[in-house]
Amino acid sequence: MTNTNIAVEFKDVNKWFDDFHVLKDINLKISIGEKIVICGPSGSGKSTLVRCINSLETHENGAILVNGKTIEKTSKNNQKANSDVGMVFQQFNLFPHLTVKENLILGPMKALGLTKNEAETRAIKLLHRVKIPEQVDKYPNQLSGGQQQRVAIARALCMEPKIMLFDEPTSALDPEMIAEVLDVIIDLAQEGITMIVVTHEMGFAKKAADRMVFMDDGKIVETGNPEGFFENPKTERCKLFLEQILQH
Amino acid sequence: MQAVPRTNIATLMDFILKYKTFFIISVLVLLAGCSSPPGTWGWYVIDPTTKGGWNNIKFLLSGFSATIMLSVLAAILSIIIGLVVALPGMSQNRLIRLPSRIYIEFIRAVPLLPMLFWVFYGLPVILKSLGLNIPIDPFWGAAITLAISDSAFTAEIYRAGIQSIEKGQTEAARTVGLNYFQTMRYVILPQALRRILPPLANQFIYIVKMSAFASVIGMQELTRRANEVVVSEYRPLEIYSLLILEYLVLVLIISSGIRWLERRMGSDQR
Repeated sequence: MTNTNIAVEFKDVNKWFDDFHVLKDINLKISIGEKIVICGPSGSGKSTLVRCINSLETHENGAILVNGKTIEKTSKNNQKANSDVGMVFQQFNLFPHLTVKENLILGPMKALGLTKNEAETRAIKLLHRVKIPEQVDKYPNQLSGGQQQRVAIARALCMEPKIMLFDEPTSALDPEMIAEVLDVIIDLAQEGITMIVVTHEMGFAKKAADRMVFMDDGKIVETGNPEGFFENPKTERCKLFLEQILQH
Repeated sequence: MQAVPRTNIATLMDFILKYKTFFIISVLVLLAGCSSPPGTWGWYVIDPTTKGGWNNIKFLLSGFSATIMLSVLAAILSIIIGLVVALPGMSQNRLIRLPSRIYIEFIRAVPLLPMLFWVFYGLPVILKSLGLNIPIDPFWGAAITLAISDSAFTAEIYRAGIQSIEKGQTEAARTVGLNYFQTMRYVILPQALRRILPPLANQFIYIVKMSAFASVIGMQELTRRANEVVVSEYRPLEIYSLLILEYLVLVLIISSGIRWLERRMGSDQR
């Protein structure tokens, strides 16, 4: 595999929160267009790992490369490397004082320099894609959780990212809304975009993932294709985890 | 949208509104209470039906414009300086944070009156020693001193407001490519402003009242004019009663303006 096919690469990455060693010797290569699902018990470092990719967290040593560009260790200023990375948060994080449309066009206008017309055209197109074009002039608090998360996905896509990060996108949703959000993400997975998804939705993982990553205690314990991963986990820790979340 | 739930602030405002009428009436009763021994009250000094009384009233009331202009200018400057001080005060970097902290702690510790004396009588000495012969104008001297003195408080209000906005907002703004200033301008400050409008308005009323100190450096605002009439007429009770009433009216007008603004900006909602 040549370097030009790599979207994200972790080389011996370590990170501490004060005394807490949250990421331990992380090594991971993610190819362009690959769909990765990261799972593991809470506190295992999944979110932190993903947040290192777009500099929401800094790492103390090792190297992270995004589209061939090195993420600076101690700084959160990596705008060049981060500009190709979109993110969807567990808590949606829509801008509550702006309408759906304003949420979508803010980034494209201010950061990409699009005109209002261009940005709006793009926003409307993406709202169709997440199947809520009729909500364009509503405020976030007028929408259901599932609708808000779909707006958040559209907002990230408006920046036309090459890599999309999903940090537990359905964990804050009521059960009946999980499907509508996952449908949108699965739909998105049909395309060439690189996706890294932290989730416990194993049905989704089976459908959409090219590769599974299992983390525990700050380490990547196991990686593998979904078939092997679910049928035949290699480590005891992973087996136990899968039993726990799949027993219901 | 559904009916807005009554907040504590709204209930409190209702109370004040109710009390306002009571308050004004009681002041009027007090003023009209000339049943004290003869010679206690001498309303002739501000009796508009006599020439002398009318002249005194005109002289006293014309202080409104100076008090208002001084307060508004000081408030605008304070809001700008406060933001400039508050933003670096929230930096991750200690070296950037430090000057902001020092400014706030120092300015907050100095009482307004000594600061006014220092600016008006002390600063010209320094300017002179530097070869600058700039006289300190009472109006600008007072406005800038008031603004600086107030800005330390405004800065802390900004900090509280900005820090009350969830971290996720900043993170989301970053992931759609906004830089620090764009994040502040389009995402954080519009949300923070709604929350800090009530304490900022409070601070404005405080400035209006503190502007009375400008009288000691010769600024002809409400208090200075009252002092001048008292000195010539020897009627402190009537003149200062009127002076208090003047501030009361001014602050009540400002309060109702603030309530209107809060409703418009949705600060009265949760």
